[in-house]
Amino acid sequence: MATLTNALIEGDANKVGCSLPSARKTGTTICGVVFKDGVVLGADTRATEGMVVADKNCSKIHYISPNIYCCGAGTAADTEMTTQLISSNLELHSLSTGRLPRVATANRMLKQMLFRYQGYIGAALVLGGVDCNGPHLYSIYPHGSTDKLPYVTMGIKLFNVYLTVLIFGLKSSPDHFRSGSLAAMAVFEDRYKPDMEEEQAKQLVRDAIAAGIFNDLGSGSNIDLCVINKSKVDYLRPHDEANKKGVRTGDYKYKRGTTGVLTKVVAPLDLEVVEETIQTMDTS
Amino acid sequence: MERRCLDAKYKGVSTGTTILAAIFDGGVVIGSDSRASIGGEYVSSKTINKVIQVHDRIFCCMAGSLADAQAVLKAAKFHLSFHSVQMESSPLVIAAATVLKELCYQNKDELQAGFLTAGWDRKKGPQIYVASLGGMLLEQSVTIGGSGSTYIYGYVDAKYRPNMSREECLQFATNALALAMGRDNVSGGVAHLVVITESGAEHVVVPGDKLPKFHDE
Repeated sequence: MATLTNALIEGDANKVGCSLPSARKTGTTICGVVFKDGVVLGADTRATEGMVVADKNCSKIHYISPNIYCCGAGTAADTEMTTQLISSNLELHSLSTGRLPRVATANRMLKQMLFRYQGYIGAALVLGGVDCNGPHLYSIYPHGSTDKLPYVTMGIKLFNVYLTVLIFGLKSSPDHFRSGSLAAMAVFEDRYKPDMEEEQAKQLVRDAIAAGIFNDLGSGSNIDLCVINKSKVDYLRPHDEANKKGVRTGDYKYKRGTTGVLTKVVAPLDLEVVEETIQTMDTS
Repeated sequence: MERRCLDAKYKGVSTGTTILAAIFDGGVVIGSDSRASIGGEYVSSKTINKVIQVHDRIFCCMAGSLADAQAVLKAAKFHLSFHSVQMESSPLVIAAATVLKELCYQNKDELQAGFLTAGWDRKKGPQIYVASLGGMLLEQSVTIGGSGSTYIYGYVDAKYRPNMSREECLQFATNALALAMGRDNVSGGVAHLVVITESGAEHVVVPGDKLPKFHDE
């Protein structure tokens, strides 16, 4: 079986002292808040591959349906593919029922799939949307448990903190730091109030993500927001460029004319054709 | 690919909990705390309700891995409602407990969840059943479970009396939960209690600041 062989290969590689390339993770800060008329989802935009930033501006807020969006933390491929699969199934389901899909349906589909894979799909999600029953926000963990709450933050490094204590020495797990979700949760716990206005909620989410970005090495770059109302969706990417790349003040290039030209010699090269071959290409 | 949380004591989010149930004169009280934690370090939810209604007068408390418990309870709810349609009457409490026990026993290698089932039925009145981790099914008149239960075995053994009144039993359950939450780090939040009698089920929530205090400075 493929999975068994991979495990053996990884074991052998570690014995020799090599570590296999680590999967690209979004180890990340994502959060969501329910306000008076809807839901605000927020995310940072850094994707890491071990200790290197692989993507400085990746999009972590995924489309599920016109009224439902999902933030994803964890293995980037897992969150991407899982949300696309459920989005596709949800669209078929919505065509079949003839109604706008409900957030609870998306939640049920996601949790059943993640539970089936027993945590091997490393996707921790914050699912939010507005349907006929109002605004809803769910947090979905990789093992398939879900929570319905008015404010949630999520990050994937959390699991690895406990794991590194047990699997200490495994070269492919470098995560010794906490995810930004704790910093974001601190902001929420301080300033969350039920029934906020849209601007207040956007500011709160922006501040929570900023706390994660500046206090967690696995989160960074810009802040993306997604505001979902009954009637519209504002996908604000980027909402706040918290980390603009600096402009270089100096330049190592010298302008033309810096060095004075004393003499100029032009020597033409006389070349003669020795051999000419034609290679036919079969384009049928 | 990093190893998953199979090496950890609990998979992912665990309910690391205190749950209890006690029979009184005419009904049964079932209750739990409301904390869900990850790795015993981070409280992932302060307000989850671990007392789930599986039928009109049958409630279950879950302990262990939250993902496993939620999945098993959803399956059990479906089985029970189908069973009650087939039987054309309300299911017996032992039927609910057996459904859970079957799921726990048949999948004992993959699951890490235990349940308390309490309810009232016409045949035997108020009953409590324990469906533990490996799939054992046991009927008891008072029972506690979860990580916080270790701190209140003495209290429960000393203070429980059969045929208490409803108020006495509610007070007993609240005290027991408060004592466990006070000592166990992975139990906390509010106390969710459900009182089930012939006339129906009543949900009582005791917020953290209204819980009885025992020498807490």
